[in-house]
Amino acid sequence: MSDLLRQQFVLGYTYTRSTGPVVGRFLTELRQRKIVGTRGDDGRVFVPPMEFDPVTASALDEFVEVSDRGEVVSWCWISEPRDSHPFDEPFAWALVLLDGADVPMVHAVAAPEAEMHTGMRVQARWSEEPRGYITDIACFEPEVTQGEG
Amino acid sequence: MSEETTSSEDDITAIETPVYLTYNFTAGEATTRFLHQVRKGKVMGQRCPGCGNVYAPARGSCAACGLPTSEEVELGNKATVQSFTIVWIPIPNNPIQPPYIVANLVPDGANISFIHLMSECDNDSVHIGQRVEAVWKPEEEWDYAMDNIRYFRPLDEPDVPIEMIGKVPLSGWEGKA
Repeated sequence: MSDLLRQQFVLGYTYTRSTGPVVGRFLTELRQRKIVGTRGDDGRVFVPPMEFDPVTASALDEFVEVSDRGEVVSWCWISEPRDSHPFDEPFAWALVLLDGADVPMVHAVAAPEAEMHTGMRVQARWSEEPRGYITDIACFEPEVTQGEG
Repeated sequence: MSEETTSSEDDITAIETPVYLTYNFTAGEATTRFLHQVRKGKVMGQRCPGCGNVYAPARGSCAACGLPTSEEVELGNKATVQSFTIVWIPIPNNPIQPPYIVANLVPDGANISFIHLMSECDNDSVHIGQRVEAVWKPEEEWDYAMDNIRYFRPLDEPDVPIEMIGKVPLSGWEGKA
């Protein structure tokens, strides 16, 4: 019996996803290096924006620009990144509460593991060529304040 | 672009979100044996010791009887159209341009069809029972793959009546089995 034949192959689903008006606006603003959320009925600012209020279910259409800086409220260290991850080097997935937002959003933080901590200040590192994807924020990195560096 | 372009037309309305699944496919014993023969330009089937049906490509067992199929049978270069469809929708990254024909073909000497392409034919006149033959790539391009056969093309032979499709022997069909 000859050796069994084996072959790598890739099954690809080349989806294009409609964003809808709210996520579309979020991505359109990202392309201009701005981060916007929507204001809920109770005044909270959701980033990324939600289309409908999670409590009252009413449609939300008041967009609010927030800062591209914020605070890590929770994080998870990825010591062995996989192919689909944004970095080859170890990094953290984190919930980042942006200044001006009331709920945190998930994104990658590029920082040494020893520097990672809840409450750390971070700032967005923007992609060189933003094109309307969440990856227009390449990652967050430790905040550099004026006077530093 | 029209000169009436407004900023709203530049708004993001859709994003590409592809999903890629990377597999390591293992052919298994029966398919490996089949592919080694295809590599040499032969299409082999396997006969069920129970019902006598010949499968190509064989999976190593008879789906009807559940028996292992170990007897190897060489099949002919000719086949019969059991069913077909005309594909009009382009498939991303597929080099074949529509409209083209994908057919279930039963090779002479086998009882079960496999799927392959038809070409060198008038798409509108392809029909069930039509006789076709394999067009192979040049030998130096042969690999462990069914596309060593480029496609099947029509033969100038009488049609096989529906009740005889899947029963044409290796000796072929000249109007009678």
